[in-house]
Amino acid sequence: MKKSYQSLEDNPNYNMKQVIYCSLTSKISRLCLVLLLTFSTSLIAQEGDPVNGKSLYNSNCAACHKLDAPMTGPALRNVESRLADDEGLDREWLKAWIRNSSAVIKSGDAYANKVYNAHNGTQMTPFPQLSDQDIADILAYTAQPKPEPVVAETPAGGETTQQGGVSNDLILGALALLFGLLALALVLVNRTLNRFAEAKDIKVITDAEQKTPLWKAFVQNQFLVLVTTIVFLLASGYFVYGFFMQVGVDQGYEPVQPIHYSHRIHAGDNGIDCKYCHSSARVSKTSGIPSLNVCMNCHKSISEVAPETLAEGNEYGVDYNAEIKKLYDAVGWDGTGYSGESKPVKWIRIHNLPDFAYFNHSQHVSVGGIECQTCHGPVQEMEIMYQHAPLTMGWCINCHRETNVKVKDNEYYTKIHDELSKKYGVDQLTVAQMGGLECGKCHY
Amino acid sequence: MSSNKKYWKSVEELNENSSIVEALQQNEFVEEIPTDEFLGDKESLESSSTSRRDFLKYVGFSTAAASLAACEGPVVKSIPYIVQPTEIIPGVANYYATTIADGFDFASVLVKTREGRPIKIENNTDAGTNGSANARVNASVLGLYDNLRVKAPMKGESTISWDNFMAETTSKLKGLNGKKIVLLTQSMPSPSTNKLIAEFSSKYGNVSHVTYDAISETATLDAYEAKYGTRGMADYDFSKAMTIVSIGADFLGDWQGGGFESAYAKKRIPANGKMSRHIQFESNMSLAGANADKRVPLTPSQQKLALAKLYSYVTGVALPGKLPEALDAAVKAAASELSKAGRNGVVVTGIQDVNAQTTVLEINEHLKSKAFKPETAIKTRQGNAAAVSQLVADMKAGKVGAIVMNGVNPLYTLPNAADFKAGLAKTELSIAFSMKQDETSTNCEYIAAAPHYLESWGDIEIKTGHYSMMQPTIRPLFDTKQFQEVLMGWTSTPGSYRDYIKSVWTQSILNGASFNKAVQDGTFVSGSAGLGLGAATTAVGNDKKERTFLGGVIHDVAVGVGIKDEDRTETTTASNSGAVLTGGTAARALAASVKEGGIELSLYTKTGMGDGQQANNPWLQEFPDPITRTSWDNYLTVSQADAEALGIENWNVANGGLNGSYAKVSVAGAEAITVPVIIQPGQAKGSAGLSFGYGRTSKALKEEMKTGVNAYPLYQNFQAVQNVTIEKVSGEHEFACVQLHNTLMGRGDIIKETSLEIFNTKDKAYWNATPQVSLNHIETPVTSPDVDLWDEFDRSIGHHFNLSIDLNACTGCGACVIACHAENNVPVVGKSEMRRSRDMHWLRIDRYYSSEDTFEEDLDKKNNISGLSSSLSEFGEMENPAASPQVVFQPVMCQHCNHAPCETVCPVAATAHGRQGQNHMAYNRCVGTRYCANNCPYKVRRFNWFLYNKNDEFDYHMNDDLGRMVLNPDVVVRSRGVMEKCSMCIQKTQKTILDAKRDGRPVKDGEFQTACSAACGNGAMVFGDINDKESQVAELKEDDRMYHLLEYVGTKPNVFYHTKVRNTSKA
Repeated sequence: MKKSYQSLEDNPNYNMKQVIYCSLTSKISRLCLVLLLTFSTSLIAQEGDPVNGKSLYNSNCAACHKLDAPMTGPALRNVESRLADDEGLDREWLKAWIRNSSAVIKSGDAYANKVYNAHNGTQMTPFPQLSDQDIADILAYTAQPKPEPVVAETPAGGETTQQGGVSNDLILGALALLFGLLALALVLVNRTLNRFAEAKDIKVITDAEQKTPLWKAFVQNQFLVLVTTIVFLLASGYFVYGFFMQVGVDQGYEPVQPIHYSHRIHAGDNGIDCKYCHSSARVSKTSGIPSLNVCMNCHKSISEVAPETLAEGNEYGVDYNAEIKKLYDAVGWDGTGYSGESKPVKWIRIHNLPDFAYFNHSQHVSVGGIECQTCHGPVQEMEIMYQHAPLTMGWCINCHRETNVKVKDNEYYTKIHDELSKKYGVDQLTVAQMGGLECGKCHY
Repeated sequence: MSSNKKYWKSVEELNENSSIVEALQQNEFVEEIPTDEFLGDKESLESSSTSRRDFLKYVGFSTAAASLAACEGPVVKSIPYIVQPTEIIPGVANYYATTIADGFDFASVLVKTREGRPIKIENNTDAGTNGSANARVNASVLGLYDNLRVKAPMKGESTISWDNFMAETTSKLKGLNGKKIVLLTQSMPSPSTNKLIAEFSSKYGNVSHVTYDAISETATLDAYEAKYGTRGMADYDFSKAMTIVSIGADFLGDWQGGGFESAYAKKRIPANGKMSRHIQFESNMSLAGANADKRVPLTPSQQKLALAKLYSYVTGVALPGKLPEALDAAVKAAASELSKAGRNGVVVTGIQDVNAQTTVLEINEHLKSKAFKPETAIKTRQGNAAAVSQLVADMKAGKVGAIVMNGVNPLYTLPNAADFKAGLAKTELSIAFSMKQDETSTNCEYIAAAPHYLESWGDIEIKTGHYSMMQPTIRPLFDTKQFQEVLMGWTSTPGSYRDYIKSVWTQSILNGASFNKAVQDGTFVSGSAGLGLGAATTAVGNDKKERTFLGGVIHDVAVGVGIKDEDRTETTTASNSGAVLTGGTAARALAASVKEGGIELSLYTKTGMGDGQQANNPWLQEFPDPITRTSWDNYLTVSQADAEALGIENWNVANGGLNGSYAKVSVAGAEAITVPVIIQPGQAKGSAGLSFGYGRTSKALKEEMKTGVNAYPLYQNFQAVQNVTIEKVSGEHEFACVQLHNTLMGRGDIIKETSLEIFNTKDKAYWNATPQVSLNHIETPVTSPDVDLWDEFDRSIGHHFNLSIDLNACTGCGACVIACHAENNVPVVGKSEMRRSRDMHWLRIDRYYSSEDTFEEDLDKKNNISGLSSSLSEFGEMENPAASPQVVFQPVMCQHCNHAPCETVCPVAATAHGRQGQNHMAYNRCVGTRYCANNCPYKVRRFNWFLYNKNDEFDYHMNDDLGRMVLNPDVVVRSRGVMEKCSMCIQKTQKTILDAKRDGRPVKDGEFQTACSAACGNGAMVFGDINDKESQVAELKEDDRMYHLLEYVGTKPNVFYHTKVRNTSKA
């Protein structure tokens, strides 16, 4: 329907051409029709473009409204038809409301006041800049049907993989059966052949019993024993050393956290800067685990993940929406406001430096300009955070030996760098040359 | 040929019938070893199925299991804020200005907080008044985390809620039927509190407010009030004084509330050939006396006479009385110096006698002393001894209906505590605002749990017009309410106490200035400050009148061209000074009041313990007294002569401890007490000293802290001087004294000292010669690279830290010792370990006495020793301090030698040198051989003989979760078996460097600080980078007075000292 009108309006010249060869009555009637059409199209043109509407919705409305669930404001799916059906309010009312809701409330409008009071007197931000077309676009977007949840399909997908698993087992079972039959056949053949041989009186040659067994020969050869013992001792020494050296090294430590927090989604997919959440890394020795109010900066409006993301969650056996609920639980957010009851999240600390080693994030992040990933690994790919680096002293020292000090545009370094680089005859000083290997720089 | 020799095992074998031999042959152990005790009863042991093999199996298995289990790392939880306060960034310290006002110590301080908890007290350098924290104030942060604090209000033994408390007390206060309500408080010069008390009085009627100082300054207050009309104490600015005569005033200690040392130290550093001259007349050896250029020991009664005579010699008014000839000469000399100094002279006294205090005020007015500031009254002591005595009498008579106490502990501090206790029982309602279940609060009906000052709001007028603000730096740890909040509740005043303060300040103090700024600064000086009181302007007014127009022009020109104050001589003549004199009636009365008899005991406060309210603070208990170097105790100090007469002795025992006799001290009217005795060089013959603050009981203290003897019962009629009889009693006291060798034995290479005259007239080579060592039989200066064992490391690039310590400005106050304690998580080891010299102080302040009258004479004596007999006898003599010795203080910490002897002997390279001059100590690398400590010529390394944290054997602050909150998170807590020492606060230098790097700028001079240099309000310790040629420390290093400790050893330390110059004319 819509499209046909649009095409008509889109091609006015076509109409014109046709009109030229028409009689007056038909001209008039056609003109009337055209007028009617133009009017109607102009009316219906305000049905709007849902694509443009989506972007307008996201930039203007999404901070407070969700399509299918109430947030700061009510849910907006099919708002126009809902208002029309339930309250008998037309689009003009909506326009007035969107552009200046307080005026509508003041005018004593019953529904306006009802909505206002239902949301604890929170007033909607006025949007006088939205044109009729913009509003139409937004409404068109809200009028779109709720997409079929992809979630429903995923369990089916899961089942198929499971079926795949079963079929694999079947194939394996069949193969095993086949081999079993083969073995049985061979045994049977062998027995038959033996029987034939027996019958024909042919003597079957077996192994000579006089030969010394291999292990006895080995034991008798003292040199071989000695060499083997030495090799064995060296090998075990190597492994024992290796074992002791990894005591207290928790590389790869990946504990189960109270909330399944995915760095992959936040830092990877969404590309949030590490220091947006770990802001104290810029100025403090600790990078800081973000306080929950930082989470709520975004999660106040993101209570559910996108269906595609939710599907990804199945891969890790996690329901992201449930994890977001855990966050809401901790901060005491009920979807519209804070209850005031909060319970701290007890994260399990992954990077544990011993007490006697002093490490300062801001030195490395702000001054040294080191990427977080240099030490923490590909965090943007980690579904669950784990310890990437061994965090041993040797690991620190190696980096200090290899890394150049970032001196550009830092007046602190101007003098010392000039003098030291002249002394060592290099252009670029490493951290070690700057004194970064001294015991007291990290141990006090 | 085989021998038939018989070897005797003991003489007993000679006796054939000896039962011992028999027994020994039968049985090796004569007494049966009590195996039963640990093996239990034999039957069950035999019936036990556990064989020896099984036992070994179990042991083996459990060891293996334990070591396997130990490989598993602990799970560490990290709990972020729900809503992070914007001002808190984990890992970054915040500083807040606040004020301590505990009734004894008043100071503007900065509080360093980490993650919202206060961990250190620092000086508020912006505060013009009392901006430097003494040792007690530095230690006060630990009081916040005292596990024995009252955690909620209590009624008797059980806790009640604040609502019930308020309801019950309000109804009781209203139902007194007109009986008197008494508010007994500490000195609170607080405008807001005073207004609240006034409102409370008007609401309830018949309220009397009694202010009580445990250690009374009533005489000083009365004298000032009589003369100037307000209750306060005259202020003194010692930075304006060139000649200071003190008669019994320990003005570097707690005299008039303390806080004078910074100004004093300014004039003690010789500049342009000038420094102040300080003459001290006193009986006990005090900090002020120890710093004096000339110290005259005399008994308290002689002090009174000496003050009268001083008045007489300065003013020319003849007075009766006769001093011994030598003393009279000393007084006369002091008087003539004072007269010569004129306006640059000042006299102070600590004699608690109205006449003495009046006399001093008169002398200073006569001199028109520039240092004397009567127009600003110090208000930190308000107590009235007479009112307190009256209160006790009223209470006993049953006239008092209700008593509300705040910040006082009369059952401990009152000499007639028993009377007070009896009176307390007769009151209908008794409430004690207290942080502790102390001596008094446990005897009250209600204990109103009070917050620590770091959790409270408050305002204090330290001096006239000089206000100081107290703000909380942490949310109250416990369910506490401060006195003022409860007063507001009783008077039904709405709002918080902060709002109340704000309204009071806005109305009457700020005069339009910002309240928030006052809170941020911690101090506020009102515009009217210094304009003064009517009577106080007499001297100033006279001065102005005398100044002719021309004189004024000359004066203004002099100021304009920047001539220093002391260089402007404004002559005073006797003719125009008579106007301010009252004709010497006070001095006459003073001279007449002298009564001698018996030994005179002067009760004093120790630098560490003060009036004793912080007795549960392990830092202060362990803090060695600057004079006696003894911790964990108080003691009677007597002179050598008196000790000999009484048969009292001090001696050292084999484990390195100091032991001493006990003495019974009796005062008329009080029960005799038995105290240990220390023989104090410099103690006036016929006098004795005993400090307050010890001997506390009650639940307010841990058992370990209940040390010493309570001296308050001897404080009869609030008189600090008492005539006593002392007799030796049997017994042997074990002191925890950390310095047993008291003299320098003429070793000028430890402390260099000279007189101002020599300093001004002779070359550096004469009074601060560089030590020479022999190189191929040629004397070569030790600083020459030719005599060096090691190649010099180039330290000209980057920072090179040096610490300068000026022995002239150091008064030995010990603030740095406690600051170091707090900054570096130094453990407390307890009395018995201290006694074994296992103290852990990274920074100690050595105190030396001269064995002759002066250190110069020591040196001469040592140099003139020749031959064996002479050296044996004379060195022996030199071990003993003189009866009236010179004293010198020397702070010693790790010297951070560039050629460090400790580094070369460490088998595991746990101690190594940094390019920036610091000697690093990697604790986790140390295996505890202690070679380094043995090889250290300065003896500054400290060994962790035990685990001092989380160990019940050392039940101090590091043994409970609350006490551990004071630990500095940037410094590791050391474990057992490792060596530790001063790190030159590397965590602070590293932080300063990092801040500069982050800002992308060079480090400014003065930014580098160590805990000790930051704590030193006297400016004796200056820290900085000597590669920054513009820095103060680089300048100080080039100073002629600079020398290194034991320089001839060739260690090339990065800590250097400045030769002490005494303002004496004699060599």
